[in-house]
Amino acid sequence: MSSDSCAGSIEEGDALMDNERRKFLKIAGISALAGIGAPAIAKLTTTAAYAAPQHEEAAKAAEAGAEEDAVSGKQYGMVIDMRKFIEQPELLDQAIAACALAHNVPEFPPDKQKSEIKWIWKTPFENAFTEESFTHLAKNIEEAEFPVLCNHCAHPSCVRVCPTKATFKQKDNGIVAMDYHRCIGCRFCMAACPYGARSFNWEDPRPYVKTYNPNFPTRMRGVVEKCNFCGERLALGQQPACVEACKGSGAMVFGDINDEKSEVRQVLAKEFTIQRKPSAGTKPSVFYIV
Amino acid sequence: MYNKGTIIPGLILFVLIVMSPVLYNGLKAGVVPTPEPPPGGQKQCVLPAKEMKDTHMQLLNEWRDEVLRHDDRVMVEVDGKKYRKGLQTTCMQCHTSKEKFCDSCHEYASVKPYCWDCHLTPAQAASKKETH
Repeated sequence: MSSDSCAGSIEEGDALMDNERRKFLKIAGISALAGIGAPAIAKLTTTAAYAAPQHEEAAKAAEAGAEEDAVSGKQYGMVIDMRKFIEQPELLDQAIAACALAHNVPEFPPDKQKSEIKWIWKTPFENAFTEESFTHLAKNIEEAEFPVLCNHCAHPSCVRVCPTKATFKQKDNGIVAMDYHRCIGCRFCMAACPYGARSFNWEDPRPYVKTYNPNFPTRMRGVVEKCNFCGERLALGQQPACVEACKGSGAMVFGDINDEKSEVRQVLAKEFTIQRKPSAGTKPSVFYIV
Repeated sequence: MYNKGTIIPGLILFVLIVMSPVLYNGLKAGVVPTPEPPPGGQKQCVLPAKEMKDTHMQLLNEWRDEVLRHDDRVMVEVDGKKYRKGLQTTCMQCHTSKEKFCDSCHEYASVKPYCWDCHLTPAQAASKKETH
């Protein structure tokens, strides 16, 4: 460029300058390449040295995991006995009402179902168990309303996608918890959850909360919410509100599914149960006796 | 100094404009608020009053993180009395009026905490009480 613009007059000097510039650019280019490339090469060569045993270990772990995940710590879970719910359909209404009351869950009128907030709700068999065959379904199952809620999965997909860690798996009890202070309302978790267990607050929920539980907050517009397995009640030594609402019927049994001696495990050992969408690989903690 | 005639009056004008809110209030910050002591007559808090005045916001954040993120809901024991870690469940049990307690200072200091976007004030909680 410069040699073109000031053509002729100082040709010799210009040629010298061009030469130096060319050299400089070459050196600069090579050093830049080396600078960028060297760490990558170093990294590739060093990891290669111990990558093999690591892979072996991972493969071994995966093999073991295929049988049964390494069980560590508590994982709260639930068995829902549909025979009891079919027998006494009012139980489910009681459970839903108890949950709404305990957690200030709003109830939206039918013309505002877009804003609906669901913690535990009713759904027909074919919606709850999309992987099961439902041709020639038993009449009582076809007509039954299944209680569905957050499955508090062992491998929750919602937790993996949350960009702020507003939803996370609690170490001590396996509850998939929400920290509403951190939720930015991106709704990634709603897209990730295979069970539709999460609801977004499209508007201020307070006008639609029937009665306030003074010991629990409401939510605000713009956050995602869901069932918390009554973490706040468990801390006080109580059972979850829905379980307590059907107390005595045995319709819902709650406990640590990693503890062989727990009541839930006793039920699981005795009865044939199914889980929702097992192929999603999330390992749900809610089991159904159908 | 060049342009003395514009710079000096300009500086004076700038200082006056910046200070106008202070001058408007007659160089006083107004009456310092005194938040209402617990109407129930409780004298003991989880920390001495001075510390609560200075650090209640940190304490609330710590409680929040312990309870929500670490599921550490062990009660705080002060002088033999146990307290749950919670704004709605503990603080507001003694300080029964958000308006007379929290707001008195927050309004004075123009602080707008977002606690009450979700947490219920005692007045709000009472507005939709359980009837049965």
